[in-house]
Amino acid sequence: MSAKPRHALGVLAAFTAVALAATACGDSSEPAGKDAKNITLTIAANSIVGGKNSAGAEWIEKWVIPRFVEAQKAKGVTAKVTFVPSGVDDEQYKTKIALDLRSKGGADVIALDGIWVGEFVQAGYLKPLSDVAGGEVDSWEGWSQIPETVQGLGSFEGKRYGIPLGTDGRVLYYNKKLFAQAGLPAEWQPTSWQEILDAGAKLKTLPGVTPIQINAGTAMGEATTMQGALPLLAGAGGEIYADGKWAGATQPVKDMLDFYAKVYGGGLGDPKLQQEAKGRDKSFAEFAAGKIGILAEGDYFWRSVVNPTSGIAKMADRDTTVGYALIPAKQPGAGIRGQDFVSMSGGGVRVLNPHSKFPSQAWELLSFMHSAEGVKAELAGEKRITARTDVNKEVLAGDPMLSFITEKVLPVTAYRPPLAVYPQVSVALQEATAAAASGTSADQAAAAYQKKVEGIVGGPGNVTS
Amino acid sequence: MKGRRRATGAAPDAAGLGRARATGFLVPGMVLILLFLVVPAAWTIYLGVTNYRLTGLAAANPEVVGLDNYTRALTDERFRSSLVLTLQFVLGSAVIGQAGLGFAIAYALRDRRGPLRRLVEGFVLLSWILPSSVVAFLWIALLDRDGGTLNALLGIPGTAWLLDHPMLSIIVFNTWRGTAFSMMLYAAALENVPRSHLETARLAGAGTWQQLRDVVFPRIRGHVLTNLLLISLWTFNDFAPFLITAGGPEQRSEILPVYVYKVALSGGELGFGAAISFVMLLINLVIALVYLRMLGRRKETA
Amino acid sequence: MSTATRTAPARTDRPAPGTAPVAVRHVLSRIGRYVFLCAVLGFFALPLLWLATAPFDETPTITASLPRFTLDNFRALLDNPYALSSLLNSVYLAAGTAVLVVTFAALAAYALSRVRVPGRDALLYGLLLLSSIVTGTATMVPLFELAFRLNLIDSRLGVILILSGGLLPAAIFILKDFMDATPTSYEESARVFGASPLQIMRHIVVPVVRPGLATVGVWAVANVWGNFLVPFLLLRGPEKAPAAVIMYTLYTEGGQADLRLLSTFSLLYSLPVALMFVFVSSRYGFRFHGGIKR
Repeated sequence: MSAKPRHALGVLAAFTAVALAATACGDSSEPAGKDAKNITLTIAANSIVGGKNSAGAEWIEKWVIPRFVEAQKAKGVTAKVTFVPSGVDDEQYKTKIALDLRSKGGADVIALDGIWVGEFVQAGYLKPLSDVAGGEVDSWEGWSQIPETVQGLGSFEGKRYGIPLGTDGRVLYYNKKLFAQAGLPAEWQPTSWQEILDAGAKLKTLPGVTPIQINAGTAMGEATTMQGALPLLAGAGGEIYADGKWAGATQPVKDMLDFYAKVYGGGLGDPKLQQEAKGRDKSFAEFAAGKIGILAEGDYFWRSVVNPTSGIAKMADRDTTVGYALIPAKQPGAGIRGQDFVSMSGGGVRVLNPHSKFPSQAWELLSFMHSAEGVKAELAGEKRITARTDVNKEVLAGDPMLSFITEKVLPVTAYRPPLAVYPQVSVALQEATAAAASGTSADQAAAAYQKKVEGIVGGPGNVTS
Repeated sequence: MKGRRRATGAAPDAAGLGRARATGFLVPGMVLILLFLVVPAAWTIYLGVTNYRLTGLAAANPEVVGLDNYTRALTDERFRSSLVLTLQFVLGSAVIGQAGLGFAIAYALRDRRGPLRRLVEGFVLLSWILPSSVVAFLWIALLDRDGGTLNALLGIPGTAWLLDHPMLSIIVFNTWRGTAFSMMLYAAALENVPRSHLETARLAGAGTWQQLRDVVFPRIRGHVLTNLLLISLWTFNDFAPFLITAGGPEQRSEILPVYVYKVALSGGELGFGAAISFVMLLINLVIALVYLRMLGRRKETA
Repeated sequence: MSTATRTAPARTDRPAPGTAPVAVRHVLSRIGRYVFLCAVLGFFALPLLWLATAPFDETPTITASLPRFTLDNFRALLDNPYALSSLLNSVYLAAGTAVLVVTFAALAAYALSRVRVPGRDALLYGLLLLSSIVTGTATMVPLFELAFRLNLIDSRLGVILILSGGLLPAAIFILKDFMDATPTSYEESARVFGASPLQIMRHIVVPVVRPGLATVGVWAVANVWGNFLVPFLLLRGPEKAPAAVIMYTLYTEGGQADLRLLSTFSLLYSLPVALMFVFVSSRYGFRFHGGIKR
């Protein structure tokens, strides 16, 4: 290289540096790249066309991206937006995203499970939305449409990190035909655990029928905790994490495990099914085939499993055969917050990457995806509980079950603590239910559980008993 | 090899490589190994003395906790039972299963050349070469409680192989999976046993077992030990059983590689997981030393 | 090499009084052998049945049963935008790694076999042990960080390099064993005739250890073909993803395994390695050990 071009380059470099410094010094509160005319953005989600959550992946590729690019073009900005699909197990997806964020890379808009938000924030992978994208975040119209509790899915320690995708609730499903055969009412709403056990005893008389399916053991993973252990715990008046301490062998925990012992020890459940690797899938198929009387599951079961048109274990007569009831507390008034009925909820969120090169445009994209029309387009005609009440009012009007969830279940529901050790505590809970389901006494199982939790959370000082 | 040198292959510098060129031949491989094996391995060993996690507070501020992870591992009941299960796994599927079955097949096929040999070898090698995820699915389909092919064939529907006999299931699975390596190795070794010796023994009235004991084994003992070393190490670190039983039910088939996966990926405790990996390496070292000792002793009596 | 073997078959034809029980024992042992081999064949073929029947079944279940024959599953697989390209990606990764591993391992094994490098055995065993750490799960953060620092994230070359690093020690171990077993007389004579070391390697050593090279190549391909974790963590986007990763995405909307796609993809996923093995073993032979008979 001859001296002249190098000299010129050097001058240019210096000039650029000064110019950049000037703009940087000018408005440090403005997100970087705000006025860029050429932007690239990436969206990441655990879905893939032709596989898991294919409809969601298609919505991103065919609706969100073209429209957003159009809208940006109208403002004179050339936008290149790509979607990075995954479609694998949740744990593997979580690992991949954590590694990306750790190395300050990754997509600009990332879909996460709500329960991961806390641990990602603690690890320094996420920053509050307003820190990343500026003041316009707090003035978004969508916040007024999302209830406080649901906003909690994307918040941690009082700050907002993402926008929730939607939420769900857990109920007790029952087979009305089997109920009729066993002499139980078609409109069934138990008010105590004993009533569930009594119904189970009556169903036991029917040949080839498993009376109650309440998830237990480690094979079903988080499905055991969410559909079994935690709702029962809430029904006994206990929370898994409160006031900075985790629940050990408390009375509610023992009550919950005792219920498991009564169901599986009393021949009201199928203990082998809980151990199978595909046990949850099998429980779906068995319920659809009329072999299970009562099943504790989330609204996902209604929408995507026994759905007569598109379910994976279709029931053509779902609307007439499948009944649903609130999960009762142990006794009326014995639930958390003094409730008669309880439930558990979860949901996904979408967050912004704090190292995004175009944070304010990323926020535009994010808020666009969560706008009323965006959320409706994402549903693609399916009925689901979204985060926005305006969309819910429109979409769920004709669906009694989902309206039931929004009106009756969500007000009494609880959420899991979004802390890094929660997955391990969850596993300890699953193991406790497995012990109770295979004959260990509730007290023994609870004691073993407490020992494990003490090891996980760093000592008995963080555990209540 | 330590101790006595073999007759061939140890002549110093037969091809006139010279130190410089020999180093040159070694460099590309060693660079790759240094960069992509030694560095990450050393780093992982370092992680073993921290409380590093992938998420949570310990991700942002990992602390060096010295040997805490190691004491925790050695006193953890789950680690100890996992170790016992792993040793059972190695003994059952590698030492007895793969080596035993591999030798039996190689011996049964030893003089045949025809289609039978090709057929048997073909299927045995096919089971070794197929990817793990496919093979795992095939075995789940075979052993399923309600719809499995095995239960259908034997006429005993409802037998939960994977739930009631998880260790047996994964031992048989791993034997099926890995016999090919032993079989090929023994087949080559048996070719080196002079037929005249076997014939003499047979003429002298020795039965099959005596022939094996007095003629065959002494000749191939070195190969047996090398083979056992390799397959023991490979089986000890084999992750494939996770795809079949996921360590279940209730950790009854949770061998060490599965345990590390659960700790590191599901639990996110990378520091603790790294410590366990290092302990596994030390155990592998002990196993290797035991085998080498036996190999060395063998060479002295040769 | 005695003539005793030639006369052995004739012996059983001659009925002599004292040899009758021995002849019976022979017949029994022969029958026993065949029974054993048939049992072995059944044991190894049984699990493979599902792979042969399910992809062609309209409604495949977990049981291997006679299929209601259809080729629709293959058509459904073609609808998946990533299925076929992932197989090509797998070929690329596997071939790249195999070439790298075989070449570097052959060179290193030759040097270690022929030249007395101090501490080579301890080094080799040490590396073999370390390779077990690097193929485990606990090492994923160091590997990711390393790849990130070297700018190898989202690059198939990065995957190839990392996988090669993990496979090299065992490959060198196996090849060195091969080379130790081949006598050096040829190389010595060639040296006398003035051949350079590289020429010796190319024209004398390689042809002799070809079965070993082929074996290590096949073994490397099989390992890379089935590896999920490294390509999953290092590669972005399904366009570069190999079949091992895409296999995990073959679920229905709800996250349940789609047996039609899974079985069909499993078959297509298995065919290339099986064919490669058949090709290699018929051309080069396939042995893990041994060279020229001593």
